[in-house]
Amino acid sequence: MATFTARPPAPPPGVVRAPARRGAVLALALVALAFVALASLAIGSRSIPLSTTVHALTSYDPSNQGELIVHDVRVPRTLIGLMVGAALGVAGALMQGVTRNPLADPGLLGVTAGAATAIAVAVLVAGVAPLNGYVWFAFAGAAVGVVVVYVVASLGRDGPTPVKLAIAGAAVTALFTSITTLLVLRDLDTLNALRFWLIGSIAERGGETARQIWPFIVVGVALALTCGRLLNALALGDDVARSLGQRVARARALIGACVVLLAGSATAAAGPIIFVGLVVPHVVRAITGPDYRWILPFCAVLAPIMLLVADIAGRVVAPPQEIEVGIVTVLAGGPLFIALVRRRKPAEL
Amino acid sequence: MATADAAARPGPGARSPLETVTRARAAARARPRRVALVLTAVTLAVVCVSVSLGDYPIALTDVVPALLGAGDRAEVIVAQELRLPRALNGLLVGAAFGISGAIFQAVARNPLAAPDILGVTYGSAVVAVFVITTVGASFALLYGGALAGALAMGALVYVLAYRRGVSPYRFVLIGISLGLMASSITFYLVSRASLTSAAQATVWLTGSLNSAGWETAVPTGAIMLVLVPATLVLAGRLRALQLGDDLGHGLGVEVERSRLALLMAAMALIGAGTAAAGPVAFVAFMAAPIARRLTRAPLTLVPAALTGALLVLVADLAGRRMFAPAEIPVGVITGLAGAPYLLWLLARTNRVGAGG
Repeated sequence: MATFTARPPAPPPGVVRAPARRGAVLALALVALAFVALASLAIGSRSIPLSTTVHALTSYDPSNQGELIVHDVRVPRTLIGLMVGAALGVAGALMQGVTRNPLADPGLLGVTAGAATAIAVAVLVAGVAPLNGYVWFAFAGAAVGVVVVYVVASLGRDGPTPVKLAIAGAAVTALFTSITTLLVLRDLDTLNALRFWLIGSIAERGGETARQIWPFIVVGVALALTCGRLLNALALGDDVARSLGQRVARARALIGACVVLLAGSATAAAGPIIFVGLVVPHVVRAITGPDYRWILPFCAVLAPIMLLVADIAGRVVAPPQEIEVGIVTVLAGGPLFIALVRRRKPAEL
Repeated sequence: MATADAAARPGPGARSPLETVTRARAAARARPRRVALVLTAVTLAVVCVSVSLGDYPIALTDVVPALLGAGDRAEVIVAQELRLPRALNGLLVGAAFGISGAIFQAVARNPLAAPDILGVTYGSAVVAVFVITTVGASFALLYGGALAGALAMGALVYVLAYRRGVSPYRFVLIGISLGLMASSITFYLVSRASLTSAAQATVWLTGSLNSAGWETAVPTGAIMLVLVPATLVLAGRLRALQLGDDLGHGLGVEVERSRLALLMAAMALIGAGTAAAGPVAFVAFMAAPIARRLTRAPLTLVPAALTGALLVLVADLAGRRMFAPAEIPVGVITGLAGAPYLLWLLARTNRVGAGG
């Protein structure tokens, strides 16, 4: 029996068509990612020569102060940046695909806020200390965000439109913010802990964070990469997807679970970082066209590039002060979002 | 057949079709008026209760004499200098939020598009927090900054959403994204400030009447004295705007200019309210939908203003007395009470297909 797979519509001009060439572009992007990661190790308030950086990676010498910084500070920071970037980029692509809405992003749709608030409650009220513990709270908070926003925005005949999703996301974010405010008003110590936590950052999270978060993100990204065909089918509409043999509700639940896993662990590792998941899939779609089997791996490579570049920019813009990566991505991603909204027709999926 | 004929032809005792329509219209107009009257009475009663209750209680019968300056000296001072300005601030702030929420929701043609969701209050917040964390909480600067921030943010949303007119789609999405950007900058400022000014900024961001006095009530009242009549005059055009741009044009409304004038008034109102009390959560969001349910009319600025005033007054009273002598900021109460209503309203609006 012939098996039918959902084929995406013909790509617009300018898009790389041939799979072999797409693979080559992806390999190129990986090389670029390696360079950016190396730059993230070398650049900072104290610039470290490339030779020292490489030496710290190959044969680490703790007596050299430069190598010490690279090994203890910048390697964990860069690793967290790589993982958080990949998680957010892939989560954004998944959300855009499952809502069939080009303006979806975990931060915009209240998922990040849910995870961040749940973590704040876990750490400051329940006293859960290690990341291994509060990451589960992050998943719970993210799940509340995903389910509430998606269910509420899907009500009505026209399904989850961009405006309905964004308003539901903003409302859920406002709701979670009220809860955080309540915590903050309790006492000054809580405020002092929380005011730094509420800005997404990959600095000073330490090697322990990287060691504890990687299994969640690796599983999440791997699971997400298998969802390409499901998303291609869903992109054709529920009826067509069903006639192609997809169980639509189950597919949505699986993709939603991936989003919870990815956005939850990214927030647990770095705090709320928004707009990365929105911007990267748009850049990727310009290269790959609408085929999610390619969009997802490209997002997993290009999103960490964006996050690390934003992080490096935050380090060099006003030394010796640093601007957190969460602020840089908002200031860079916000205008891009506005440009997308102003385009007459939102990008087709 | 015969009965249908008899019903269609007006008999000597029956109403003419014109009379029926006129009566129906009069009835539709009468309900908002009745609701407004009841709301006014309840609001005044709550003001009196609010003046009467506190650590130094004033008997309800003594409230009006004390406000007029007659009676016990201590009671007069407490009533005139502490409780009345606070209640008045609550009333003004609530009314300002209520009206501007109604205008935003009408212009965006979406019952969920409130200024606290569309970024305008965040514009106010970012400037106010900047003032608190850099200059310190000097009153005039804080008030002026919050007002200017709301206006600047409103103008930015409008300009960026403008493209041969402002579509509700662009207005909502651009407002939300600018709000996200502004709130990130606000968090950044709070994280870089000293702990003392960070705490001040947090209380301001919650929305509180704890330090509200005559010095905030007077400028807010003056601004509203100008803006509220202006919005009421423009409200007729608002009704046409709700029908959509094409119909609005067809009805002879200069759509874009009316929309701009109304939005500017709404933003100034939000700014004046935020300057007096901070961004009191969800009041602008809740007031107009509640007023609509009460009046069963599509657009009602006066009931929305009264509903907003009542919400803030009752929430402040609750925050003041529930855990007395500790005072909970009014924004915490409206945030907690508003959140479930918000979700319910969201679900309901989308189900009937008005969510955009």
